[in-house]
Amino acid sequence: MKHLLSAGDLSRDEALAILDTAERMHAVQTREVKKLPPLRGRTIVNLFFEDSTRTRSSFEIAGKWLSADVINVSAEGSSVSKGESLRDTVLTVAAMGVDALVVRHNASGAVARIAGWVDCHVINAGDGTHEHPTQALLDAYTLRSRLGDLTDRHVAIVGDITHSRVARSNVLLLATLGARVTLVAPPTLMPSGVHSWPCDVSWDLDDVLSGKASGDVDAVMMLRVQRERMSGGYFPTEREYAISYGLSPERLDLLGADAPVLHPGPMNRGLEISSVAADSARSMVLEQVQAGVSVRMAVLYRLLSGADEVTV
Amino acid sequence: MPGRVRMPSEATAADADSGISGTSRPASVVLSDADVARVTDRIAHQIIENVAKNDFDAVLLGIPTRGVPLAHRLADRIAVFAGVSLPVGSLDITLYRDDLRLRGVRPLGATAEPEGGIDGRTVILVDDVLFSGRSARAALDALIELGRPRAVQLAVLVDRGHRELPIRADYVGKNLPTSPSQTVRVLLAEVDGRDAVLVEGS
Repeated sequence: MKHLLSAGDLSRDEALAILDTAERMHAVQTREVKKLPPLRGRTIVNLFFEDSTRTRSSFEIAGKWLSADVINVSAEGSSVSKGESLRDTVLTVAAMGVDALVVRHNASGAVARIAGWVDCHVINAGDGTHEHPTQALLDAYTLRSRLGDLTDRHVAIVGDITHSRVARSNVLLLATLGARVTLVAPPTLMPSGVHSWPCDVSWDLDDVLSGKASGDVDAVMMLRVQRERMSGGYFPTEREYAISYGLSPERLDLLGADAPVLHPGPMNRGLEISSVAADSARSMVLEQVQAGVSVRMAVLYRLLSGADEVTV
Repeated sequence: MPGRVRMPSEATAADADSGISGTSRPASVVLSDADVARVTDRIAHQIIENVAKNDFDAVLLGIPTRGVPLAHRLADRIAVFAGVSLPVGSLDITLYRDDLRLRGVRPLGATAEPEGGIDGRTVILVDDVLFSGRSARAALDALIELGRPRAVQLAVLVDRGHRELPIRADYVGKNLPTSPSQTVRVLLAEVDGRDAVLVEGS
């Protein structure tokens, strides 16, 4: 594997290999000395054209715990704000002897474009409303830690599907892993063409959570309402959205007792998720953050540690 | 690592440590299952003799894949012979190898600290084959990340010679003179379904 651009690029074997590697990597988090040697002498640049706290710091920690040198470049304060083109910026950074670029960009497809310009490894850390493969991997890791093998497990993904790169990557990866996905959103937040995706679609959250729509739900993933990507009226009011699609305490009770609740963060409490749900014992939000470091260590290890010509 | 499971995704170049290659060549059995049991018992007796003077304050750390079942077998035999149970753990050395970048990405094994940790105790590393000594070197690096043992010893089922580093084993089941082009294959029931040591090639 040269790049990680889409969750859809991963075969079942490769996805499972990453998750298994992440499980091994997880042990380093409990150690006194959090350092492993395999990427010593390798240089990773986090190239972020869009704001991020958790993804960027998680990639930075992952790289550092594997002994790589990690440099953060953000668009703000860089030559991008002086009018340099994307291609020139990327080629300039890559020319400094970089082994891997971790890229986030607000335009869908930008990261795949960048991968065509450079010789080094490229990892998609989120491109527009397109994909966020490492988020899907850490969600799968978290689900697996709670549910075991994901084959035939049923996951509901709820909320702003249209603007969510997390939903796209999750649908692709969970399908690869053999899980069943039901997307739940108001029609205005459901992307066109969603019926060709490998998943079920519903507009009624109560029917899905109670199992009436498409069978019992093993886990529910709430998505953030992305105000910054919304240019029009996708729903009448936030209050109406919260009533119809928010994970309220009552809806939490519809779920099976062991069903975990995931949220990629940052959460809008009171909008897509109630505080009761966010702070309940079944909330996996902090586990997801922990898994993020382990999974990104696994991805960096699998992309960068082997010999280039025989890396698979 | 000697005798480790080869994943389909890995390169088929000769294993730097045990000389295992993907091709099948005529193999001769140098240790039968009875021999493996006898040799294991002897190592267990030697360990008992050695660690008894420290009140058996020792732990067995198996190096995956086959060092781990071997460490458990030694612990079982030591329990039978001396009536003490030594804690057993496993130590994956993949991330500490000096040839990581020489071939395809490797899957990781499990690292499990033995009960009570390793600080201040005698750690006995257990592996199936001692060849170049590079696995043992990697194990020493991996070990100091876990803590500070009082002493580190090495137990191997087979020593086939051709050392490339100043490393020797404290407990050797069988010294096996080989040529560098030969392949030594250790089979253990827990992993391979039967016990045997084979030498392939000439």
